[in-house]
Amino acid sequence: MSQEKIRVIVAKPGLDGHDRGAKVVARALRDAGMEVIYTGLRQTPEMIAEAALQEDVDAVGLSVLSGAHMALVPRILELLKANGQDKVGVFIGGIIPDEDIPRLAEMGVAGVYGPGTRTDDIVQDIQKFAGQKS
Amino acid sequence: MPVAVEDVLAGNRLALARLLSQIENDTAEGRQILNELFPHSGQAALIGVTGAPGTGKSSLVNQIAYHYRHPADGRQPKRVAVVAVDPSSPFSGGAVLGDRIRMHSLSGDPDVFIRSMASRGSLGGLARATAGLVQAFDAAGFEIILIETVGAGQAEVEIARLAHTTLVVEAPGLGDDVQAIKAGILEIADILVVNKADRPGVEQTERALRGMLQLAHPGKRQYHHGRLISAPEPEEKPLNEPEWVPPIQRTVATEGNGVSELLALIDQHRDYLKQTGELARREAARLTAEVDLLVEAGLVDRWRRGLANGWYQEVLARVMNREISPRQAAAKLTASKREEG
Ligand SMILES: Nc1nc2c(ncn2[C@@H]2O[C@H](COP(=O)(O)OP(=O)(O)OP(=O)(O)O)[C@@H](O)[C@H]2O)c(=O)[nH]1
Ligand SMILES: [Mg+2]
Repeated sequence: MSQEKIRVIVAKPGLDGHDRGAKVVARALRDAGMEVIYTGLRQTPEMIAEAALQEDVDAVGLSVLSGAHMALVPRILELLKANGQDKVGVFIGGIIPDEDIPRLAEMGVAGVYGPGTRTDDIVQDIQKFAGQKS
Repeated sequence: MPVAVEDVLAGNRLALARLLSQIENDTAEGRQILNELFPHSGQAALIGVTGAPGTGKSSLVNQIAYHYRHPADGRQPKRVAVVAVDPSSPFSGGAVLGDRIRMHSLSGDPDVFIRSMASRGSLGGLARATAGLVQAFDAAGFEIILIETVGAGQAEVEIARLAHTTLVVEAPGLGDDVQAIKAGILEIADILVVNKADRPGVEQTERALRGMLQLAHPGKRQYHHGRLISAPEPEEKPLNEPEWVPPIQRTVATEGNGVSELLALIDQHRDYLKQTGELARREAARLTAEVDLLVEAGLVDRWRRGLANGWYQEVLARVMNREISPRQAAAKLTASKREEG
C-alpha cells in the first residue's frame, strides 16, 4: 500500500500575461489525485528548477504563450540536469509552432500540448510518465 | 535512488528533498534515515504560522524568512526552512499547493529551503509527516523552521504542539473570522498578528483580539497555557516566574511593515521559553508523547498479529448479538490465553 503521490510543478515562465490555462491544468491534475505545486506567473528558469528540486517533483508543467519557449525550455532542462533531476519530465502547454515540436522532443521534452488539448490527455501522459520512471 | 545520511548532513539539497518525500510516504528507508538523523536534531527554532485562509500567512512567512536571511542589525543570517501545509482534496486525494506563489523573494538563496506539503489522509499521518520533515530540516542545519498551516482545526493544534512559538494571523475585513478564532486557536497563540494593517478595520480587529486575550489571561498570576500538552500544573511553577501574555503585532506582509518588530517578539518569546525552562518542558512532553504513541501503535500491531484467525470477528459478532459487552469483548481479546465461553 504505497502512499506515494505524483508531484508536479505547474509554472508560468516568461513575462507574458495570464495563467488561466495553467490553473485549469493544475486543477485537472489535482482532480486526478496528483499534488500540484503551483508557483504562479513570471517564473525564471532558475526559480522553476529550484522549486522542482526542493519539492522533489516527478514532472514540471510549463505554460508558455510568449513564444519564448525555444529560449526558456533548454535552460530549464539544463538546470534540472545540473541539479541531478534529469529524470524529471518536462511538459509544455501553450502556443507552440508545429515545427518546434520535434526540436523540443529532441531536447528531451516529454510532451507538448497546443490550445484545445483535453486535460485528460495531459493527465494520462503524466501518469504514464511517472509510472515508467523509477 | 537511496538517500545517504551523510549527504543530507553535508547540505546536499537533492538528497534532502528526496528524504522529505520518503518521510511523507512513510517508507522504511525514510524511517531508518530519521533514526540516524535524530541525534543531530534539536537545535532549530520551530515557528508555527496559522490562521484563517487568505489572512496573509504565506506572505508573512516570506517576510519573516527574508528578515532572518537579511538581518538589519548586523547579526548573522540564519538558515531558514519552510514547511507549507495545504489541504488535500477529500475527493481525489490530490492537492494544489499554492503557498510558494508568495515566497518569491526567497528564491535563489541556497540557505532557504521551501517545501510544500499536502495534508493527505489522516490527522495522525499529517502530524507524523510534519514532525519528520521538521526533524530532517533541523538535522540538516536549518536554524529557523517556519511551519504554515491553514485554519483553526485539530490539525493546527497538533502542529502547534510541535512548534516552539506559534503565530496566529488575523486580518481585518474577513467578517466573523475573529469569532471563529475564539474556538480554541487563541489557546495555541504565543503571538497574535494582525496582518493587512493597511486595510480599514484594523482597530476593530485588534480590539476584538484584545478583548479575547483579556478573557484568556485575566490575572497577572495566571499560568500561560500555551500548549495543550500534559504540562506541569501551574502550582509547580514558582510564583515569581514571569507570565507570557501573547502580544499583538500589526503587519503589512506585502510591504514588510512591522516584520522587524515581529521578529523581535519571536526572539523574546524564545528567550522566555529558555529562561523559564518551558522550552525543555515542552520538548520533554512532546518527545514523551511521541514515544508513547509509537509504543501504543507497536503494541496494538503485535497484538493484532498474535490474534488467532477469525477470533476477532467472532468476538465482535457476540457483541453485536448483545451476548457480551464491549468491555468483556476487549478483556477476551487481550487476555494472554484464549478462553472459550
Ligand atoms: N493589503 C494587503 N494584502 C495582503 C497583505 N498580506 C497579504 N496580502 C494579500 O492577501 C492575499 C493572500 O495572501 P497569502 O499570503 O497567500 O495568504 P495565506 O494566508 O497564505 O493564504 P492561504 O494559504 O490560501 O490560506 C494575497 O493577495 C496577498 O497579496 C497585507 O498586509 N496587506
Ligand atoms: Mg498560504
